[in-house]
Amino acid sequence: MRRPGRDDTPDRLYTLTGGRTRSGPDSPFDLVTLVVAESEPTTGMQSEHVAILRMAQTPIAVVEVAAELGLPVSITKILLSDLLAAGRVSARHPRTSALPDPDILEQVLVGLRSL
Amino acid sequence: MDSAASDARTPLGASADNGLKIVIVGGFGVGKTTMVRSVSEIRPLNTEETMTRASETVDDVSEVRGKTATTVAFDFGRITLDARNVLYLFGAPGQERFWFLWDRLFSGTLGAVVLLDARRIEDSWYAIDRLERHGTPFIVACNDFGGPRHDPADVRDALDLDPHVPIVECDARSRESSKQVLIALVQHIQRHLGDRPARTDSSLRETV
Ligand SMILES: Nc1nc2c(ncn2[C@@H]2O[C@H](COP(=O)(O)OP(=O)(O)OP(=O)(O)O)[C@@H](O)[C@H]2O)c(=O)[nH]1
Ligand SMILES: [Mg+2]
Repeated sequence: MRRPGRDDTPDRLYTLTGGRTRSGPDSPFDLVTLVVAESEPTTGMQSEHVAILRMAQTPIAVVEVAAELGLPVSITKILLSDLLAAGRVSARHPRTSALPDPDILEQVLVGLRSL
Repeated sequence: MDSAASDARTPLGASADNGLKIVIVGGFGVGKTTMVRSVSEIRPLNTEETMTRASETVDDVSEVRGKTATTVAFDFGRITLDARNVLYLFGAPGQERFWFLWDRLFSGTLGAVVLLDARRIEDSWYAIDRLERHGTPFIVACNDFGGPRHDPADVRDALDLDPHVPIVECDARSRESSKQVLIALVQHIQRHLGDRPARTDSSLRETV
């Protein structure tokens, strides 16, 4: 595995995202949003999109996608936004908001204790 | 280093639908990656995020082109808690430049572990300061690097720590010890929530 981003010149990143420079401040993706593929890769699809659809056959977090692709998180989010807009992936957003839900905390505790 | 085969992911179960975050923050070489590795079900992965000096529009690739951006790397691991909940642990540097990214990357985090080497307590001052300001619940974990034992009371003093913030001792290389640190954090978060004034929306509380 190579260290993410090391060889990524800004120009490569620029090309990857089709020249778009932002995923937008309202990007729906959190680092731990779980992404799930809703379709198979098709021929002619951008190779990063193909890679994402393959790795998202089971749920995978945005940050894992970024690490696996070896791309910065922000670039990964742009790629994911495209796939989401095209209906090729679905997103399961974290349920925790500003204040964590006490039930969830209890589930975290139970999960940790049984490690 | 790693063969292609060892890169095969350990997939999450199909029903996983709720990602949770805990951040382990601390100075250089305090054992952040070691702690993530100790409890993670996957080999720690590494990724990075870019930010501009202005810090706001960090998604802006043109800023990267313009070389006005810098990059912060962080590593992470994963713990499947149950069929739906998956906990991600992030090891993040405590240095000043990193904090530009905190809101963007770690908003919604359950809480943080400030990992420290008792021989270099001052390395964590900045992180503690920022966490207090962010209102992010945290505990302090003193990583045992051998040598003379440091009295937690002295550490608390040196950190000028709020009395309700727990200090625990740990060995980041030990899975059991690292697990206990995470449990201590979650229990602290529970107390932290319990201490808050009741919500006006009482129905939320009554569902517990
Ligand atoms: N004796 C002892 N050594 C430890 C412990 N935890 C980590 N180490 C060692 O300390 C060194 C640094 O640990 P890392 O986990 O890489 O620290 P880090 O905080 O991720 O470091 P950076 O990411 O470089 O800032 C490694 O050689 C670890 O093996 C511990 O609890 N006790
Ligand atoms: Mg590290």
